[in-house]
Amino acid sequence: MAYSADVVGAKSNKRSLLISRTWCYIVLTLFAVLALIPFFFLVINMTRSHSEITKGFSVIPSDYFKTNFNNVMKHAEWKMLNSLKNSLIVSGCTAFISTYFSSLTAYAIHAYNFKLKKAAFSFILMIMMIPGQVSALGFVKLVGNMELTNSFIPLIVPAIAAPSTFFFMKQYMDSALPLDIIEAARIDGSGEFRTFNKLVLPIMKPAIAVQAIFTFVGSWNNYFIPALIIDDPTKRTLPIVIALIRSTDYARFDMGAIYMAIGISILPVALVYLILSKFIIRGIALGAVKG
Amino acid sequence: MNKIKRFLAGSLAVMMAASVMTACGKDEKKNEKGFDAEANAAAAKVGKLVLTKADRIKQEVEGSEASKKTLKIYTWNEEFKDRLRAFYPEYDAEKSVVGEKEYLKDGTEIVWVTTANENNAYQNKLDEDLAKQAKSDDKIDIFLVEADYALKYVNGPYTKPVSELGVTDADLGDMYEYTKTVCTDANGDLQGVSWQATPGLFAYRRDIASEVLGTDDPAKIQEMLSDWTKFDDVAKKMKDAGYYMLSGYDDAFRTFSNNVKSTWVNKNLEIVVDDNILNWIDQTKKYTDEGYHNGTSLWAPEWSANQGSAGKVFGFFYSTWGIDFTLKDNAQDKVGEKDGLYGKYAVCEGPQSYYWGGTWIIAADGTDNPELVGDIMKKLTCDATIAEDITNKTQDFTNSKTAMEKLAASDFQSEFLGGQNHIALFAKSAPNIDISNMGPYDQGLNEAIQSAMKDYFTGKISKDKAFKNFYTAAIEKYPELKKPASK
Amino acid sequence: MATQKVKRKSVSYAKWGYIFILPFFITFAVFTCVPLFSTIYNAFFENYLIQGWMQVGPNYVGIENFEKLFSVDVNLGKYFYNTFVMWIMGFIPQIVFSLLFAAWFTDLRLKLKTGGYKIIFYLPNVIMAAAMGMLFSVIFAPGGPVNDVYKAITGSTESIMFFENEWPLRGVVALINFLMWFGNTTIMLMAAINGIDPSLYESAQIDGANPRQTFFKITLPLIRPILLYVLITSLIGGLQMFDVPKLLTGNGMAADRSAMTIVMLLDNHLYSKNYGMAGAISVILFVVAAVLSLLVFAMVKEREPKKKKAKAQAEKGGTK
Repeated sequence: MAYSADVVGAKSNKRSLLISRTWCYIVLTLFAVLALIPFFFLVINMTRSHSEITKGFSVIPSDYFKTNFNNVMKHAEWKMLNSLKNSLIVSGCTAFISTYFSSLTAYAIHAYNFKLKKAAFSFILMIMMIPGQVSALGFVKLVGNMELTNSFIPLIVPAIAAPSTFFFMKQYMDSALPLDIIEAARIDGSGEFRTFNKLVLPIMKPAIAVQAIFTFVGSWNNYFIPALIIDDPTKRTLPIVIALIRSTDYARFDMGAIYMAIGISILPVALVYLILSKFIIRGIALGAVKG
Repeated sequence: MNKIKRFLAGSLAVMMAASVMTACGKDEKKNEKGFDAEANAAAAKVGKLVLTKADRIKQEVEGSEASKKTLKIYTWNEEFKDRLRAFYPEYDAEKSVVGEKEYLKDGTEIVWVTTANENNAYQNKLDEDLAKQAKSDDKIDIFLVEADYALKYVNGPYTKPVSELGVTDADLGDMYEYTKTVCTDANGDLQGVSWQATPGLFAYRRDIASEVLGTDDPAKIQEMLSDWTKFDDVAKKMKDAGYYMLSGYDDAFRTFSNNVKSTWVNKNLEIVVDDNILNWIDQTKKYTDEGYHNGTSLWAPEWSANQGSAGKVFGFFYSTWGIDFTLKDNAQDKVGEKDGLYGKYAVCEGPQSYYWGGTWIIAADGTDNPELVGDIMKKLTCDATIAEDITNKTQDFTNSKTAMEKLAASDFQSEFLGGQNHIALFAKSAPNIDISNMGPYDQGLNEAIQSAMKDYFTGKISKDKAFKNFYTAAIEKYPELKKPASK
Repeated sequence: MATQKVKRKSVSYAKWGYIFILPFFITFAVFTCVPLFSTIYNAFFENYLIQGWMQVGPNYVGIENFEKLFSVDVNLGKYFYNTFVMWIMGFIPQIVFSLLFAAWFTDLRLKLKTGGYKIIFYLPNVIMAAAMGMLFSVIFAPGGPVNDVYKAITGSTESIMFFENEWPLRGVVALINFLMWFGNTTIMLMAAINGIDPSLYESAQIDGANPRQTFFKITLPLIRPILLYVLITSLIGGLQMFDVPKLLTGNGMAADRSAMTIVMLLDNHLYSKNYGMAGAISVILFVVAAVLSLLVFAMVKEREPKKKKAKAQAEKGGTK
């Protein structure tokens, strides 16, 4: 650890605290700068024209921000606002059902004893380890056979079976959900499903918030499968539109528009993160129950 | 944790068995000869199928009434959409709302299926949906292709020859020959047409030419660059004067690869590296070692910057669209100001004629609007008046000799090229393009050879190793292919 | 962990276990099952598409696909090595700094104002990999800002060719992975630390434990399940590394294929829908992931006694 371990008196304690704090802030700021570098480049390029961008990078912003913005937002075929809406629906629903059902599955494994419990648990861990790339094309074919092309269902519903979200929930329950609480609820006469919804879910809030963000972002940035399932222009999600902008013909190819579209696509995610990060707060887990 | 461990171990057993079996399998070697003969016979059979036109598939289901009233077009961008909207006389501009619903004047609705090229998604989508066409009542009418993979579809089973769409040889007479070669199948039937021709040229800096070569006159410069030996001589002069002949490793590749004497793959499905590809490798290695190029790659920021006033590169291989849309922008310090190198470039034909780019229109077999598709083809690609209109409004170099020669003969001047009439030069060069040796494997193998050779050029690995990497990449992409026997 | 203490009346509630896992398995059966198992099944078949339309196979070929993968020509080990090296180069700093930051962010004594940092650290994760690749290929380009700084400092006129040389290329890939994931890991660890009963810390403080002791004796043992999660998912995610190197290496050919990962190799086989070879690679990848995960689990078990001691200590603190 960075801060000194010896605590002698209140005075030196206060001073060493100040030093540790300063030290922490320096290191944190350094990494914050590092994390912001890609955004710095992104934002600068959002203000530059295509030909300025193709000639290389400059730290000085240019004055094409408004032009780029209008080019992206007002393009009749890209329907940026509509695709933002689609992405919000798909990613929002995905995050919701993925975290809810993963918690439910994890709770089943955590809190109940049943014959196939071990088998189920190991099975889920096993499928987590199989890479998704190969089955993706098979999945697209399957969706075609089910006549679910151009529907959001194949983009959302499969998230119910999300092995890695499940695994996180299970691990979190191991460290933060003692069974005696559930037992207590049973004694109070709470039904099993009610216990899960009213007692377990609130305890899981930090974990749910964390996985909701990750799932949301994962779905938000997903290109490969949506690109092959969605061809109705009114149902496109953002990555499909960004790929279209990148695929524009020579006469209209516009790096400024590409960077602008990427910038626009990041904003909502940052907002969702801001909202959800409130739930990742100390004490909400056990403090709330025991207090 | 114990339970996880135990169960994982159990579930692993099957997988482990597989890998153990693999290890054992190595020992029981196959009879090499028998294996090869068998493989060769199979390859020849497949090769015959790949290199001839595939049989068409009987349409089992007829298009529905709704399908007959819609024109379903597959594309990856908006270029063709723009052309159809602006230049097809039957497009109903009043009734159509771009991005919502679009119609032709006879009431047919146009449905665009747009899939971006990224990650090969367009071809994946197209392959998937064309395979369903025969059993679907919602028929695809048109799909668009690029030259690099055109033959994959042209020789495949999913196209309808233009002759069945009412497009006659007389209609096609005015087109540049190479644009027809791109979409002619192994039986000699034309399967697709383009409204563009995209002949390539060598664009050079007038100021550097005057300084080093004593003239900036395109005719005289062309004389100095008319074959690769002369081209190399000029490269040396440029180097001695402190300039680069080319910008990077891949600038000249297309010029070489368009002029090969054999296709990439022979009938035994063996990969054949043509002499002209070998020439490109040798030339690029020489240019790298001697410092004749500046170590960039196509489309990299450094490559674009090399075309501006800070650049020290003599010239760039470019085609029709590249000059007006890319080079012109890159040459100016601020676009629209006509500063920097505006007016200081000129074009000549260069050592070998070639093309770069272009989009072809193909009718999907089973289309339930054949007359309409034929009419679109005729209007957009065979009509000299419309062609001239397209050129005037979009600067496309169109696929109509009549229209282009008319423009070439006019007093058309490009201010950007210092008053040169480059249309005349394009019109002169386009008929010389000979791509009779293009094949269905061009896209993948051209990419693979360029990326594999880069390490050899930079001196990281030997030429043999680079070739080995090339064959590895080629066979990963195309499992049916084989290394040539001698390699 | 207090779970074992409770005597469960498991019999009467078993059916709820089945009911609650049902949605997962139904969804899995409907959407994922068929493609996933056909992956494994296909590993033993010759099955690919020529020119987008001519289907070859499926013909049963036994273990021929695996033979090919283990042959000298393919040299599968090279791609595992590449993948592992790039993963570990990014993961070590990732786990070290994430632990450090998570500890700082949750430290009651330090009381740092961390809201802004938490958000900034996570932000690189929201950029899609394609955009990240675009941005970093500009940043590390021969004429890009990193080389400008390098030239200004060293006075060199030659650029570092990041994308043409083995280690710089791997370094850039690892850097991007680190940047994209360290915030993510920090948040997960923070959530884990926040799940710890605060009374444990209070009693530790009353006992006069210093922050270092608190961290190693209470925090670390109690977040072990989540650490295990981080380690395993990162390992599996690392083994499946794909987008970033693909974008920076022109399909992996750059620098003598030294940044080509195992899944990039798999992806190359999908160009011709070669489900046979791709399936075989998947199976091997699965086996490797499973073996490595087992090793991690085993390591955790080895440390069990230490953990119990820590727990005992923590409990002792709690009852005092």
